[in-house]
Amino acid sequence: MPLWHHYHIPTTVEEALAHLARYDGKARIIAGGTDLLIDLQHTEKGAHTLDALVDVTRIQAMTEISASEGWIYVGAAVTHTAVVDSALIELQATCLVESCGVVGGPQVRNVGTLGGNVAHALPAGDGTTSLIALDAEAHVAWADGRREWLPIGCLFKGPGESAIDSTRDVLVGFRFRPCAQREATAFKRIMRPQGVALPILGCAVWLKLDDRSDHCADVRICIGPVGSIPARASEAENALRGQVMDDETIQAVADIACQTLHPRTSKYRATADYRVYMIETLLKQALPLAARRAQTGIAQAEGVGLG
Amino acid sequence: MSQLNLTVNGTAHTLNVPESRTLAEVLRYDLGFTGTKIGCEEAECGICTVHVDGVPVDSCIYPAFKADGKKISTIEGLATHDAEGEEHLHPLQQEFINHCAVQCGFCTPGLIMTSAALLNENSNPSEQDIKIALKDTYCRCTGYTSVMQAIKSAGGILRGDGPLPVNEPAVDEPTANISRSLKVPDIVDRVTGRAKFSDDYTFPDMLFARTLRSAYPHAVVLHIDTSRAQALPGVRAVLTAEDIPGENIHGLVHLDWPVMVGVGQKARYMGDAIAIVAADSQDIADAALGLIDVEYEVLGVVDNPIFAHSPEAPILHEGREDGNLLKHIKVRHGDIEQGFAEADVIIERTYHTPTTEHAFLEPECAIGVPAGFNAEHSKLTVYVGSQIPYQDRNQIARAMNLPDEAVRVRGVLIGGGFGGKEDIAGQIHVSLLAQATQQPVKMLYTRQESLLFHPKRHATVIRIKTGAKKDGTLTAVEAELYGDGGAYASLSDKVMTRATTHATGPYNVPNAKIDCFAMYTNNPPSGAFRGFGVTQSAFAVEQNMDLVAEALGMDPVQLRLINAQKVGVTTATGQLLRESVGLIDTIDKVTVDMRGGLNGSFRWGWQEGDKAYGWGIASAYKNTGLGGGAPDKSEAEVEAFEDGTVAVRTSSADMGQGLVAVLAQCAAEELGVPYERIRVLLSDTDLTPDGGPTTASRQTYMSGNAVRHAAANLREALTSVVSEEYDKPPAQLRFEEGLVRVNGTSIQFGEAVHLAKEQGIATRIRHEYWGPKTQPLGTGGDMHFAFSYATQAALVSVDLNTGAVHVEKVISATDIGRAINPLLLQGQIEGGIVMAMGNCLTESYIIENGVPWSTLLARYKMPSIKHTPEIISHLVEDRSADGPYGAKGVGEIPSINTSPAIANAIYHAVGVRVFSIPVDQDALLRAMRTGSTEVHTAWHDVR
Repeated sequence: MPLWHHYHIPTTVEEALAHLARYDGKARIIAGGTDLLIDLQHTEKGAHTLDALVDVTRIQAMTEISASEGWIYVGAAVTHTAVVDSALIELQATCLVESCGVVGGPQVRNVGTLGGNVAHALPAGDGTTSLIALDAEAHVAWADGRREWLPIGCLFKGPGESAIDSTRDVLVGFRFRPCAQREATAFKRIMRPQGVALPILGCAVWLKLDDRSDHCADVRICIGPVGSIPARASEAENALRGQVMDDETIQAVADIACQTLHPRTSKYRATADYRVYMIETLLKQALPLAARRAQTGIAQAEGVGLG
Repeated sequence: MSQLNLTVNGTAHTLNVPESRTLAEVLRYDLGFTGTKIGCEEAECGICTVHVDGVPVDSCIYPAFKADGKKISTIEGLATHDAEGEEHLHPLQQEFINHCAVQCGFCTPGLIMTSAALLNENSNPSEQDIKIALKDTYCRCTGYTSVMQAIKSAGGILRGDGPLPVNEPAVDEPTANISRSLKVPDIVDRVTGRAKFSDDYTFPDMLFARTLRSAYPHAVVLHIDTSRAQALPGVRAVLTAEDIPGENIHGLVHLDWPVMVGVGQKARYMGDAIAIVAADSQDIADAALGLIDVEYEVLGVVDNPIFAHSPEAPILHEGREDGNLLKHIKVRHGDIEQGFAEADVIIERTYHTPTTEHAFLEPECAIGVPAGFNAEHSKLTVYVGSQIPYQDRNQIARAMNLPDEAVRVRGVLIGGGFGGKEDIAGQIHVSLLAQATQQPVKMLYTRQESLLFHPKRHATVIRIKTGAKKDGTLTAVEAELYGDGGAYASLSDKVMTRATTHATGPYNVPNAKIDCFAMYTNNPPSGAFRGFGVTQSAFAVEQNMDLVAEALGMDPVQLRLINAQKVGVTTATGQLLRESVGLIDTIDKVTVDMRGGLNGSFRWGWQEGDKAYGWGIASAYKNTGLGGGAPDKSEAEVEAFEDGTVAVRTSSADMGQGLVAVLAQCAAEELGVPYERIRVLLSDTDLTPDGGPTTASRQTYMSGNAVRHAAANLREALTSVVSEEYDKPPAQLRFEEGLVRVNGTSIQFGEAVHLAKEQGIATRIRHEYWGPKTQPLGTGGDMHFAFSYATQAALVSVDLNTGAVHVEKVISATDIGRAINPLLLQGQIEGGIVMAMGNCLTESYIIENGVPWSTLLARYKMPSIKHTPEIISHLVEDRSADGPYGAKGVGEIPSINTSPAIANAIYHAVGVRVFSIPVDQDALLRAMRTGSTEVHTAWHDVR
């Protein structure tokens, strides 16, 4: 059965919204399509033919990476490869390069987009985890004509369930603050060699050191999947703020994270016990790495392509 | 329909095609660029990779209209042509050939296009760069080692540094054609995209077919209504069991598998066919399936072999005396009680191995052309990539109610098989639909259908008890195996027999009692899969050997050497080994390498930083040929022509292992004709005699012998003609370099053929080669006519923070008698090792109460290039007297002992032994953290 009948390639967000409105729920946004086509073809929720796909990858506002007025802007239809190749993002939001760099293989990264990763609304989407740690905002063009910037966390309603209805609304892009002096980020994740390519656990941290350069002034940590939507590890963050960044502190923060986060056992992915071990493993990798970057100002993404 | 503009390989195309097309579909079906293959439609396997504006993408999930206005490059555009039209291969294409990085060739276009994108950016890639770039481009044949070499070598050419030397294995005595790495004749076609696999063929008015499969793993079909499907415009036929003119049954050993499940009959697994549809397009055929209404009475499910054996289990096949017991296989040898009484150490453990999937990259495809369709198709003809063309013909004929001779099976290139293309897939269904519609009908399985349908490797539970004296001498082995045969017999009987007879390991075991229960269940059928049951028992045997060694305080190598089979040993099935037992040589070669000259300081395990490292060793043996008293023969025909060329014909299959080259080498060697002048035709039941099934590592030995004898007989016929004509004694004639030489003068080989023809002497010789006689299990004597042997050592690392296991290095030594084509052979070994790593570390086909969970390739990870370890492979050539030039089988032996070698290595690294695979890093880490020394669960137990 054809999975869709018509294929539209608008060049503006307005045009895309108009297409969606015209099909009244029977058309969907497609960016890279690397998740969408598989859903349409192989899962029950996709078992009905769509009237149309609306391709947003030729809308300029959705495909650019730019920096202005203290924000880095990344269009929702920017590919993972484009994020990885961006020197700007590598330097000022390293974790995003590290998370986009482990999605799929090169063929998927060349086509799949950051917006798609977020719109898919998985509780541990690699790009999502880093965007949460970056405290990013999402720009949404709603079907009713409203345009708004929302904290990224507001987009998630449940596993695989987004606030954005991709048959009606358009996720246009993201913005976040670039890392300033003594600020840095890092992303690490744990995979298993079997089964679906979802992380057992992913972890992104944003860290700000104070002017002594060895104390944590502020921190944001996102570890997932822990709940049904991506969330910050606030107890662990609180335990770190104001503390000296040494092994002892990091162990204490990891211990608190292990005690306060309650990951679940998920079938064919991981046991809860193992995930708790991995919380410690990941924090002990990501926190010192971010601290080192914040201290040196040198941020070279690790593990790109090694997903 | 809408207008689509694409520039493909430099040529602009404007097409009117449905907007729902993917780029792969447009390239393959609208533009005829069939070099781009479709392997999964999930962006998993990467073999559909093409470049869009220079960027590699998976064309199978890339909407064609997304590429509107863009430049596409496919494999067909990679080579260049000069002013005279001569083709110049791209360095990648050339080096894939030179380094033997091509086996079946189905994934090759994807590998080359992905590599081309890499080299365009970086002509001097590191191994890491290559692993990153090719991470999601699968190859199931090569094991990637040769692929990495080929890419580096091509980079060298592009940079102007020149190619890398080819890593040729050392061989004993090369002759003009034997023990030489001659190239597979059609190899250029496999790197240019010209090679045609089943789905690359089209015929005028061809229809597209689909199969409706059971909605339940165990259910009686009460009612089938096809009327709504029949009424759908574009549907040409909807057939059910009632429409089968002959017998509604097939099966390779036992006839127990319905072609379609009819009303009143039972579906026994989710892959059972209920109805088949042929329509004008694939889309219409898909839609028609949704319009077939079936009512079922759902029955209780038998989901594992141990439950299947219990009295409360529902019976799958009514009327069988043994219920769900397909076969109880027994090995009895010596006196088991006496054996254990003599033992100082007894180790008893239970091991679990999973159901695994061949995941050949070409999904099954068959095309039926009706009798009388045109001059070339006077009889019902089925095009298919099959491992057993003559049995296909017989099974089609039975269902069609036709004599065998009224059916022609024409084999086409096979995109990987590994045992998974032995059973009937769509062959009978396309025959039925072609006959019903009088049009050609193609049935291409989707990857997901392939995963659901075809027979798998048996999940096996193995309890094994091993006894040994203080000095290490084994005294007894007792074992009980339960094999999950699934819904139909397929080759279960034979596979589980091999698991049973090889359950002593390749050792001298004076007393043995082994019982195997092959059971029917409502899981997908299990059948042949490279290793044929021995992969399973070796996992248990070789870990028990290490446990015995540990209990005795003995080195694991020493224990194996003490007990290794050698000439003069009698196996547990009563076979006296008289020759060609190279096991000890394989152990020695591997051990020397593993110890690296560090006999004093060698350690089995150690820690460095966040990682623990360990070595593990395992040995194995595997029969060549059917054995067990089965008549084993292969027929081949050799025909010489006056132009000096020679044709070789046999129905045996080449699924990438390189049989065409091996057979051509045998003919060239016997006739003294240059290899390039030999043409080999395989797998056509009208034109090639029956070479028997391509299974059991038998074709080099069996068809190699058939060709060798046919060619030798032809040479003798030509000898007598030439010796008479020139009045020279036959003994003075030499056939070499395309000439017949007599004392300083010579005539062309073709001239000799001409003379023979003039005299009415046959220049087409057929030979029926019968393998040495074997005995059925339980009767003593020779159960098999040859065994290949192997030892492997694996070095693994275990991440102490995550439990993740990585295989760093594998050293292997394989006794294959004689390496007829050393590079092809090395490809079998490297590919076998990596496939076996999958068995141990990544692969498990999960079924939940009869319903497969592993319905997507995304849920069935096999090793990718990133898993490929350093592989060092040695050959041991302990000649077999009756094998061609001393050769024995090689297809399976490399894929047997890797799993236990890895498991033994994990134990040496972290002190935890893994009894169930694929290894679960989660359970392994938990064991490490809690001080437990045994893990009895695997990945699929995480829930």
